Amino acid sequence: MAQAQAQAPQESSKYPEKGIKVVKSVTINRPIEDLYAFWHDPTNYPAVMDYIQSVQVTGDKTAHWTIKLPGGIKSEFDVEVYTDVPNEVISWRSLEGSEIQNAGSVRFKPAPPERGNEVQLTVEFVPPAGAIGNALTKLLGDVPAQYIAKYLYQFKQKMETGETATIEGQPSGRSEAKKEEEVSQ
Amino acid sequence: MRAVTFQGKGHMQVDTVPDPKIINPRDSIVQITSSCICGSDLHLYDGYIPTVEHGDIMGHEFMGVIVETGSAVKNLKVGDRVIVPFTIACGECYYCKHDLHSLCDNSNPNAVAAEAMYGYSPAGLFGYSHLFGGYAGGQAEYARVPFSDVGCFKIPDDLTDDQTVFLTDIYPTGFMAAENCDIKPGDTVAIWGCGPVGQFAIRSAYLLGAKQVVAIDRVPERMDMARQGNAETLNYEEDDIIDALKEMTGGRGPDSVIDAVGMEAHGTGVGFLYDRLTQATMMQTDRPTALRQVLQACRKGGTVSIPGVYGGIIDKIPMGAAFNKGLTFKMGQTHVQPLLPKLMQYIQNGDIDPSFVITHRVPLERAPEMYKTFREKEDGCIKVVLKPDMVA
Repeated sequence: MAQAQAQAPQESSKYPEKGIKVVKSVTINRPIEDLYAFWHDPTNYPAVMDYIQSVQVTGDKTAHWTIKLPGGIKSEFDVEVYTDVPNEVISWRSLEGSEIQNAGSVRFKPAPPERGNEVQLTVEFVPPAGAIGNALTKLLGDVPAQYIAKYLYQFKQKMETGETATIEGQPSGRSEAKKEEEVSQ
Repeated sequence: MRAVTFQGKGHMQVDTVPDPKIINPRDSIVQITSSCICGSDLHLYDGYIPTVEHGDIMGHEFMGVIVETGSAVKNLKVGDRVIVPFTIACGECYYCKHDLHSLCDNSNPNAVAAEAMYGYSPAGLFGYSHLFGGYAGGQAEYARVPFSDVGCFKIPDDLTDDQTVFLTDIYPTGFMAAENCDIKPGDTVAIWGCGPVGQFAIRSAYLLGAKQVVAIDRVPERMDMARQGNAETLNYEEDDIIDALKEMTGGRGPDSVIDAVGMEAHGTGVGFLYDRLTQATMMQTDRPTALRQVLQACRKGGTVSIPGVYGGIIDKIPMGAAFNKGLTFKMGQTHVQPLLPKLMQYIQNGDIDPSFVITHRVPLERAPEMYKTFREKEDGCIKVVLKPDMVA
């Protein structure tokens, strides 16, 4: 597994030293055009990253993001796309004055024959001091790379299978599930 | 519905739980007509598999009738009679496209945790641990089958449940164990463990051209069943296994060896006592007593096939024997889906009737006591089939 702070191959960190940076790759058995198209439309992001509550496109290269953090905390900020090369790379960063400074990029390149295409996601956050920073740190957990990997894998699942694997909503013999059964009867 | 749930080490219970529902577009719901207890369920029952949670619904060998299909399922319809492979696989990823369905990239919702444990995540499994996704199992009246368009395999009406339910796991698992031996004409295959997987490995080894199959166990009725499959048998409590195998093969040793025992092996001598102690104290997670003997017994340049389940860390494996004899290892959870057409053909041709392995057919409600009977190998128990529609 790629660890947080793994070396970024193409660019140095936008937020040296004080931020959290994760670089994580996955290979997806779909045409590169389909993978690029998904990321080109930021309103798709909430479908594979459930901490993003909504993304509203506000301009040619800008969007307004709302993210939800543990403890019912929300944070909103404006994001601009500063690099967009079809089927190669999309990079974005939050605009001046955002509560949570953050940036990200996604790079696409063909894998060896019959193996699909490689997608490399880089995300960086600078948790601010105070409640929002604490909530963000809690959201990302002890191993931010694992937190981000989960969503990258959900993207792969969505692209390859049309759905994301889940057990949410399945029955069990745990007490809350039994209570639900009693209520429904 | 009624379902068998895990209530802690050594404690299964039949509970009333909510009915499963369609969650994803490729799901189907199956009303279960037969569901078995597997040897690997005993590893969960005995508390050796981490991340099994209180209240989890058990069972991964089940079949039944489709009662509901998700919006994206086009190849199944309500009323179809199907078996459900224990390995959940998407059919679309690199591994599924290469017939390696138990390594599916997309079916484990908990892939990140499995990756931390194993480096990469294998497929999700029914009724197993949360490391493999925590999918509710099929020792129940109904089950949700994810990726059902790839998972459900239709069964013709002229074949019974007893003949086909083992297509879910143990028959393909025994077959893949034999296939992994790469059997050549004249070969001798030695198989540790005469449980259900060992029994299917014996018969599959002959179907694939083995000249001689030697099966190793200590339980009389299991050894009898092995002999009915034309295996010669050895008792590890009475025979010197390594010497006996040499004598049975003109000093050459078996060409391939199968560990159909796995992580809770029984054995004799200092090695076994060491394993019991270190497993009980969590110094190792698995008890590889059989595997050690398997490696010692295999001839030079031979193949070691491991269908028996291992979960974690093992100790004191004679790697020098494996290395210096140039052994090949083949192992893993079974790639059930791609084997099914071929194995169904064997059944329809009459080459094998998998129902031979069944010793107990009981109502679902009796599952908790049957776990104990099966673990203790009491009452001649080799394979239990639970029947949700049988009156208790």
